[in-house]
Amino acid sequence: MTAATNRTPLDVARVRKDFPILATASRGKPLVFLDTAASSQKPQAVIDALSAFYASGYANIHRGLYQLSAEATRLFEGARIRVQEFIGAADAREIVFVRNATEAINLVAYSWGRQNVGVGDEILISAMEHHANIVPWQMLCEEKGATLRVAPIDDRGQLVPGGIAELLSDRTKLLAITHVSNALGTINPVREIVELAHARGVKVLLDGAQAVPHTSVDVRSIDCDFYAFSGHKLFAPSGIGVLYGKLAHLEAMPPFMGGGEMIASVTFEKTTYAEVPRKFEAGTPDIAGVIGLGAAIDYIEEIGMGRIEVWEAELLEYATRRLEALPQVRLVGTAEHKAAVLSFVVSGVHPHDVGTILDQEGIAVRSGHHCAQPVMDRFGVPATTRASLAFYNTKEDVDALIRGIEKVLEIFG
Amino acid sequence: MDDLRELYQATILDHNKSPRNFGAKPECSHRADGYNPICGDKLTVFLALGDGDRVEDVSFEGVGCAISTASASLMTEFVKGKTAAEVEKDFKSFHELVTGPPAETLDVPGLGKLAVFSGVREYPMRVKCATLCWHTLRAALEGDEQPAKTE
Repeated sequence: MTAATNRTPLDVARVRKDFPILATASRGKPLVFLDTAASSQKPQAVIDALSAFYASGYANIHRGLYQLSAEATRLFEGARIRVQEFIGAADAREIVFVRNATEAINLVAYSWGRQNVGVGDEILISAMEHHANIVPWQMLCEEKGATLRVAPIDDRGQLVPGGIAELLSDRTKLLAITHVSNALGTINPVREIVELAHARGVKVLLDGAQAVPHTSVDVRSIDCDFYAFSGHKLFAPSGIGVLYGKLAHLEAMPPFMGGGEMIASVTFEKTTYAEVPRKFEAGTPDIAGVIGLGAAIDYIEEIGMGRIEVWEAELLEYATRRLEALPQVRLVGTAEHKAAVLSFVVSGVHPHDVGTILDQEGIAVRSGHHCAQPVMDRFGVPATTRASLAFYNTKEDVDALIRGIEKVLEIFG
Repeated sequence: MDDLRELYQATILDHNKSPRNFGAKPECSHRADGYNPICGDKLTVFLALGDGDRVEDVSFEGVGCAISTASASLMTEFVKGKTAAEVEKDFKSFHELVTGPPAETLDVPGLGKLAVFSGVREYPMRVKCATLCWHTLRAALEGDEQPAKTE
């Protein structure tokens, strides 16, 4: 996408037509979908790619000698190159297909972690992590006798300045941190963080699940060692995700799962493994999911990430202003650099009651701990209601949310 | 709006705002913790049992949504003075009330004020909010050490 086309603003009415579900109703009202951070809706281009593949292109990959299989393999490996280009990786072999960001992180914890983390070593995470970037490291630390350390966040939901530097030690093996917080919306300064960690010889894994759908990501410029994300938050089908790893790391790592596809040769005495990335892709993968992911990336690039960022920033600014105008509403997560995620609590009303009343108005939000219980504890709330926006949302969606909250206040007044 | 009024009836809103029998009673003979891992709701039920396993006193404390808080509040009022066997019967009736087929006026007799929770069955995601306190009460009656769960 050229800079010139990125300069014309996003035509939101037009892009909404690309998402059939946005024209449907929920509880008899037009659907107002504000839960993209949980999972995004799918454009017709992705639905069509899946449908066309199953209708006329489906076969297993990498094995069949017949034309259909060769063509499916070409589409599958073509999507890998699309992902490589999309996140700025140096080599398509650095793209490993997994089920989701959670599996990507677990792959690193099991494979790289078991090889590189030992007794007394430390893994550093932050206080704003999703459970997916906490639990695999806890499990690894428990198994290896290592220690999990947690970099603190401030009352706005930002990393405390100097917090990471203070906790990096000679025993730190890995810094695993989110690029964008799912519960708070905070965008972390990942380039600086990676530089800081590398200066101490510490590898960095970034959880990019909430970043990739909303901002340009260039893994070479960030210089992270690993980057994990899910397709389903990127307008692609559920069940497909990506682990990016620097080639040298991936080549040095042992396989994560054994089976077909990941081998070079097998005898009962000895198995030699395939080259990366197939070493990490045991068994028949989610072939259609990968092709759908490629289609989703094509779709996003056609719209232009620059235009997406500009529109989402405008929506965030508008939604923040409208919510802040309600004295009974408190925003949780007010970082200076934020993605379009608005977590909030309504004074005297439990988030589940807020969620149910909004649902009745056709408004889909998430109420709960957002798989980030430590974040809820940090802000002293059991749960929040979260409205998360994407480029297909409008200011009218935000207005509907505000009217919904006014209804909450009316019922609980 | 009518559907919402069906769920958030005045009685429920009132018991949410001013829960009855609210507060710890550490001197009680029985207690149990309840936890709904899906939403993080937590509550503790305190119970004093007299002759014939009769509920002499009962209270609760904790945090939860309006449905959960009002359900616990109304439950404590409802079971006071009843025997353990009667409470068990009430639990079954209440469960039937909140999980019955939607859009059907299901007559579950003998539940008195608890009938205000009939709207819950339209919201399957909220059933556990209404039943957490009952699960916890049963755990207290049985003297369970483990927190009661809705799962």
